[in-house]
Amino acid sequence: MTKIAKNITKEDVQYIASLSRVHLQGDEVERLTKDLENILGYVHKLEKLDVRAVEPTSHVLPIHSVYREDEVRPSLQQAQATALAVEAHNGFFKVPKVI
Amino acid sequence: MNINQLTAHEILGLIETKKASPREVHDSVLRQIQATDKEVHAYVRVHDAAVGAGEAGAPPVPIPVAIKDNICVTGVETTCCSRILKGFKPPYDATVIRKLKKSGAVFVGTTNMDEFAFGSSTENSCYGPTRNPWDRSRVPGGSSGGSAAAVAGHEAIWALGSDTGGSIRQPAAFCGVVGLKPTYGRVSRYGLIAFASSLDQIGPITKDVTDAALLLGIIAGYDDYDSTSADVPVPDYTKALVNDVKGLKIGIPKEYFVEGIDPQVKQAVAAAIDVLKKCGAAFEEVSLPHTEYAIATYYIVATAEASSNLARYDGVRYGLRRQPKEERKSPLIDMYEETRDAGFGNEAKRRIMLGTYSLSSGYYDDYYLKGLKVRTLIKQDFDNVFRKCDAILTPTAPTTAFKIGEKADDPLSMYLSDVYTISANLSGIPAISVPCGFSQEGLPIGLQILAKPFAEETLFRIGYTYEQNTPWHKKRVSL
Repeated sequence: MTKIAKNITKEDVQYIASLSRVHLQGDEVERLTKDLENILGYVHKLEKLDVRAVEPTSHVLPIHSVYREDEVRPSLQQAQATALAVEAHNGFFKVPKVI
Repeated sequence: MNINQLTAHEILGLIETKKASPREVHDSVLRQIQATDKEVHAYVRVHDAAVGAGEAGAPPVPIPVAIKDNICVTGVETTCCSRILKGFKPPYDATVIRKLKKSGAVFVGTTNMDEFAFGSSTENSCYGPTRNPWDRSRVPGGSSGGSAAAVAGHEAIWALGSDTGGSIRQPAAFCGVVGLKPTYGRVSRYGLIAFASSLDQIGPITKDVTDAALLLGIIAGYDDYDSTSADVPVPDYTKALVNDVKGLKIGIPKEYFVEGIDPQVKQAVAAAIDVLKKCGAAFEEVSLPHTEYAIATYYIVATAEASSNLARYDGVRYGLRRQPKEERKSPLIDMYEETRDAGFGNEAKRRIMLGTYSLSSGYYDDYYLKGLKVRTLIKQDFDNVFRKCDAILTPTAPTTAFKIGEKADDPLSMYLSDVYTISANLSGIPAISVPCGFSQEGLPIGLQILAKPFAEETLFRIGYTYEQNTPWHKKRVSL
């Protein structure tokens, strides 16, 4: 049986926030630390179950490797795709300086 | 009774015999919205007659429909009630919208929801909460609370919602209307903005079971734009609308009638069992032994999928973009983080973080993988029961509609209100909620019926029989 009980610290929350690409501000770190601790505490009830011999279910239907004919179909045009962008230039999406 | 209080099938009868015109029907809905939606707030956007109307020439089903704010309609702002998608006007139609347009549907407007469908009360919307038409101090349920309140409040004849853990059925129960979550794969998810891709399904919210069968018939079917859509023929669901349950065996799971259930809900469901017994159905106590693990499993699986699906909101291709004044990490990363902090509400952040945690290195096996394995056990529970039963009957929610703000500061207690609906999503099976009475306070109570994959006809047959022998589906709220 695996052991998953662990306290959530503010540092954990900061780390998860950075993985999630969210910059937390003000009392958000404190609040989320408490929330995640409560919710994960509840989730720990799964510890009671021995699932070593159980296969995981990531999808309920027996559908695998769906193919279709390799035909050209109408699709979004470049102008349509970039029309919603906050910033676009010459048919490209513009982002802040990367390097 | 005003025309907007009628069901779609009643209205279609009136249109056919020229006793009403599609225009009159639409106008009566718009008048209702004008009169009451300021307070109910079912809609976040109301269209003029132009959207969708008349696309089919001579429309066979010109019924005013309300659409949840997470289903893409070409050119119509679609935001999942999130700041991060403000201004997003999809350049394409969801498959269900394409099918509705073909049927001649009239699109009334876009309905309120919990941000990205994260919630059970429609309080987590960037546009503010929706109020329950039966008692405006209470929530309509969620996340499709706007759609359920629109139908219950006569502000739409029928509506589409989406259901990831009960988001169609629970608001239907709270608002005294019918809500159906189809079998996973029955309805195309193409154009439904993803929350948890292995659980999400679009489904109807209607005034009675007949309308649910009609609307499912319009939106169901295989779609090669959705690789998880099932290539299973769509039957004529109206043929299942028979007042007869003789020969059907219905299971009552003992784990569903324990602590936490409101005695009035328990009583209403017991009375519904008696009605169906008298109609000839056979009942048997059954066991779904892993029920107590369903919520924990769901909040691992659903948040993991959500954290991955919501990674696409990066301020680049659409929606909001924010740049902090000072550089913290790098201009690009700072933009991502600032955009997502400003764009997502509290519950969205909570779920993204939970999902990221259970998928992160060192925790994946103990959380996400474990969740997937327990999901197998929960699904097997249903497989076992359906070997001997045609359907399962339960309450839809443990309580009636709660007060606005009552659970807002306690996410876990909000999650626990989904206890009866979550397992159908984890197992992929279809489930319907039908009104089965009122509490002493006058609040609607919902009865949930579940069946095997692709056995929506069984749900309609039982639901229809129940309706024919009870008055609840005819109760209309007076506004």
